[in-house]
Amino acid sequence: MASIDGALLDFQRLDRLAAGNTMLHRLDPRAKVLATLVFIVCVISFGRYQLSPLIPFFIFPAVLIGTADLPAGYLARKVLLVCPFALAVGIFNPIFDTELLLHLGPLGVSGGWVSCLSIVVRAALTVSAALVLVAVTGFPAICRALEQLGMPNAFAVQLIFLYRYIFVLTEEGGRAARARKLRAFGHKGLGMSSYSSLIGSLLLRTWQRAERVHMAMLARGFSGVFPTRQQFRFGRAEFLYLSGWSILFLILRFNNVTAFLGSLITGQFP
Amino acid sequence: MHMADALLSPAVGGGMWAASAGTIAYCSAKVRQGLDDRKVPLMGVLGAFLFAAQMINFSIPGTGSSGHLGGGLLLAILLGPHAAFLTIASVLVVQALFFADGGLLALGCNIFNMGFFPAFVIYPLVYRKFIGSNPSRARQTWVTVLCAILGLQLGPVSVVLETVASGIAALPFNTFLLLMLPIHLAIGVIEGLVTLAVVSFVRQARPDILQVQPEVQTAGGNPVRRVLLAFSLVALLTGGIVSAFASKDPDGLEWAILRITGKTELKAPPAGLHRSLAQLQEKVAILPDYGFRNSAAKTAAPQQEPQSRRFNAGTSVAGVLGGLVTLLLAFLTGFLLKKRNPRKAYGIH
Amino acid sequence: MSHHIVAVKNLRHVYPDGTAALRGVSFRITHGESVAVIGANGAGKSTLLLHLNGYLAPTGGEIQIGDFPLNKGTLPQIRRSVGMVFQDPDDQLFMPTVYDDVAFGPLNLGLVGDDLDRCVTDALDRVGAKHLIEKAPYNLSGGEKRRVAIATVLSMSPDILVMDEPTNGLDPYSRRQLIALLREFHHTRIFTSHDLDMVLELCERTIVLKEGEVRADGPTREIFQDEALLAECRLEKPLSMQGCPVCGKRG
Repeated sequence: MASIDGALLDFQRLDRLAAGNTMLHRLDPRAKVLATLVFIVCVISFGRYQLSPLIPFFIFPAVLIGTADLPAGYLARKVLLVCPFALAVGIFNPIFDTELLLHLGPLGVSGGWVSCLSIVVRAALTVSAALVLVAVTGFPAICRALEQLGMPNAFAVQLIFLYRYIFVLTEEGGRAARARKLRAFGHKGLGMSSYSSLIGSLLLRTWQRAERVHMAMLARGFSGVFPTRQQFRFGRAEFLYLSGWSILFLILRFNNVTAFLGSLITGQFP
Repeated sequence: MHMADALLSPAVGGGMWAASAGTIAYCSAKVRQGLDDRKVPLMGVLGAFLFAAQMINFSIPGTGSSGHLGGGLLLAILLGPHAAFLTIASVLVVQALFFADGGLLALGCNIFNMGFFPAFVIYPLVYRKFIGSNPSRARQTWVTVLCAILGLQLGPVSVVLETVASGIAALPFNTFLLLMLPIHLAIGVIEGLVTLAVVSFVRQARPDILQVQPEVQTAGGNPVRRVLLAFSLVALLTGGIVSAFASKDPDGLEWAILRITGKTELKAPPAGLHRSLAQLQEKVAILPDYGFRNSAAKTAAPQQEPQSRRFNAGTSVAGVLGGLVTLLLAFLTGFLLKKRNPRKAYGIH
Repeated sequence: MSHHIVAVKNLRHVYPDGTAALRGVSFRITHGESVAVIGANGAGKSTLLLHLNGYLAPTGGEIQIGDFPLNKGTLPQIRRSVGMVFQDPDDQLFMPTVYDDVAFGPLNLGLVGDDLDRCVTDALDRVGAKHLIEKAPYNLSGGEKRRVAIATVLSMSPDILVMDEPTNGLDPYSRRQLIALLREFHHTRIFTSHDLDMVLELCERTIVLKEGEVRADGPTREIFQDEALLAECRLEKPLSMQGCPVCGKRG
């Protein structure tokens, strides 16, 4: 099935990027997670009609992509394809908010369009920040970081197990779906009842697998609590990373660098 | 139905994160306490199963579009509330990180919207109450479908509330509700039928899996839960009334409603989008004291938005130019940094 | 030395749905022996194996592993001395990286820090998989997964190694590598397998199960030459003992 196999490959690709070995990859995941969170909070804390102050925030994903040598085209494509919900809702802004807000020469732009664009920019910023975080940190490291920052162990364990078995299950599901598609001559075969049977049997096999994994865990001494290994250290590099970015974000948040640059430029032309 | 960062304000996002984090902590403790350590691999593997199941589609008869299992109710039936909540939350985390479904801050909203209601409201308060033991086929059908519908109405109501409270989108509360609820009603029916089919399948093959979960709390103890329940029922009721009074749809929405409900015409008060919506607002004034910024903005009268005065003719040109230059600078920096890296093999590039 | 003996006396097991999987199995395996348990599908091989580390409890009969009779109290010690490798490596490799999987057992035993590191790298070294240490299991080939699965058990320093269908699904090269690896171990080894050629190479003793009972127990070579016995138990001679396919057709 195109969608399930494609999604799997996509997942694997993003996951593999995390195995890189740049300076950025080697930083403690807590620093990276926290910096991303500060970024997102700053971005979304802008008022509805603020658009230009948002733009300098692109420096964060840009620098990270550059330093970690991530595939920019691939990430850009992912950003373009996502957040359908945000855009679907945002597109209503120009409909409901028609008061003119600014004028570009003879052209009048309504507040609705400004806020819609603001939503688009926010979406691009927050999504790219999240993707870059996964690409330079990796999912297991993010889980460990969150656990060290206070997430309960039971949930961290759940995330790690889920991540581990996603590939196994999507492959199994993909095989089953492919088999079903090959035996569906025409649309009748892909309806709800064959879907439910397929899902039902996948569920049963999954349940049996869980029992076997449980067996394997018991065989190696599992007693209910999951041990996690300590690996990273939060040192000077991490502190500089986190504080440096945070200070920059705060400066950008409260000063409109874009307008400043713009007035510099227009100031050149009488 | 995933909430996005771009529509969220820090206050709402932070608040929902606190609610979700608290629930996660509570559920983690509960799952730990329950001495069944089989749950550990089971939750993980079932989460992966849900992930996979959501990527396989079936075609919905009569509409030509496709659907898939949502799974919240199914997980609650299989795992019980606390384990189900954690599993749903974990799937959403992975979706947010790897597929940018929703955002990182919006995760708090999404976990709550899509986890709390099926696991802690619908399953214990509705499903368990009405399903009884050894239910007939008919009973199974209507209980499951009802639960799915309820769950898939409460979620969207939450999303609407969160969006409107954030104030980034300009969609008015009632219109938004009108957009979301009918569509999710249809989705709910389908979800109910699919869940029913899967549960029946499992019941035939392995009835031991569907044994009653011991840790389910019955309603009545928790005052917060009561308030939430009351609130959601009110919202539901209002949503239903709004749908009934719906005006002739503007073009953008028409196709959606047409395809889902199959009706070409709904009641048609005087034409004109704003006017009809204004009438709607007057008729069904829910929570009038909330003072959402939008409700004032919607009538095309000029008003004082706090930030609207920031731009004026002079600086707007500078703003646009500045924006372009800043963007360019940001990307250039990234590009130069990238060039400095020695060529590394990442596999597929 | 008594602590590596596996003694099974009159083992009976009936599943909850009424199937009698084992009907009185008895044998005694001593330290360092390499034994294969073979039989048709459904003969009870996997069920027998699952008793050896206490996952299943016997309906009747008793099991003794080393000094300890198998019961609830002695489970932790028994699970430490019996290392079990399952048929599907994906069931066994449940952690996100190879390191984590191999470290899981020792961590549960209380090892930390440098000791843990050394334990993990030693185990991976022994199976020739040290270079896979930070890889994720889904990125491994079938043969690599099997080797890592063995390492996850070796890191606990078991006395007895039990493996369920070890060569199942492997390509010829990986299979050859695995056989070479298993030959090097000096533990007591118990395998179930349909790969009778591997059994011939690795195991000096074979136990044949038929419908939940021990049908034969003796030197591998002898058993494989008893064609009547093999046919009765839905088995065949190993391919290497069946004669040349080319010459066989001529005469």
